[in-house]
Amino acid sequence: MNNLVYLVLGMAAVTYGPRLLPFLLLTDKQIPKRLDAFLKCIPMAAIGALIIPGLFSATPEMPLAALSGMVFTLVVGWWKGGIIIPVLGSVAVTYLVLLCAA
Amino acid sequence: MTRQVQDAFKAGIPIFIGYVPAAIAFGILSKGCEITLLECFLFSAVVFAGASQFIALNLLMTGMGPGGIILTTLLVNFRHFLMSAYLSTRMGKIAKRYIFLIAFGVTDEVFSVLSFKKGHLSKTFVFILQLSAYSAWVSGTLAGYILGGFLPQVLTKSMGVALYALLLAILLPEIKKSRKALMLTIASGALNTLLIKLDILPTGWTIIVCILVIALAGSFFITDPIGEELYE
Repeated sequence: MNNLVYLVLGMAAVTYGPRLLPFLLLTDKQIPKRLDAFLKCIPMAAIGALIIPGLFSATPEMPLAALSGMVFTLVVGWWKGGIIIPVLGSVAVTYLVLLCAA
Repeated sequence: MTRQVQDAFKAGIPIFIGYVPAAIAFGILSKGCEITLLECFLFSAVVFAGASQFIALNLLMTGMGPGGIILTTLLVNFRHFLMSAYLSTRMGKIAKRYIFLIAFGVTDEVFSVLSFKKGHLSKTFVFILQLSAYSAWVSGTLAGYILGGFLPQVLTKSMGVALYALLLAILLPEIKKSRKALMLTIASGALNTLLIKLDILPTGWTIIVCILVIALAGSFFITDPIGEELYE
């Protein structure tokens, strides 16, 4: 028990630290143009790296299922926009594919 | 309700809906790892970091000690350093005391929504968004732990896709508008896939390397300030 609480506190510290530090260092500071251009590219770079290989491991025993779900999100999100339907739909499609395969 | 509050709830509801299934999956998994309800709650309420919580459970099961798990968590979550760096430039003037709260809620999905919100980010908007994410994460975790046994296994497995779908849905309007955004996204995903295949970096580092390399390349090759196009 105690062991796990220490683990949680340790994990919290190393998670919170990197999230906080940049705010302390950069807020209200004048940022050079070069650095600003770099920072502005971070969202796309981060999301791209998070999604593309990750989705293959979302349903490890059958990557095709998660892939189908994401294709649903891509198609509906692209043509219709919104977030709720693309997200819930992707879970539904993944579920159906897993169900059919089982 | 002011406009800002309405906007914030509109942005927060999809995050809530995306987080609940993922959190349920975490609750179910931690019960399977023979963790108590309180410990499971503490994970989500105190750490509040999706991916690394799942990784921590896996590592616990392999018998790894706290030191190794904490180090892995640091590596996995260090990407938030870069995300916070970006967000701090968008917050405008803000009292120091709010920074400590806001920093706690910088998750991948909150960051993604905030990055594509136009104009300066008000603290009201940020707080409501983060609160939606946090309440979904904590309540979903508890629900999963307590009620998880009643859900069909196939359904809980398919919930793993929700977070990726959420990120993709948040990103889509931007890459529809800007070819540069599309190129950066695909380049980063391709690089990460390659790095993972090569298997030369520890977990978590590949994403950090991708963000650094692709954002650096983006800032050089894209001479036009990408910000003008994306964030005006």
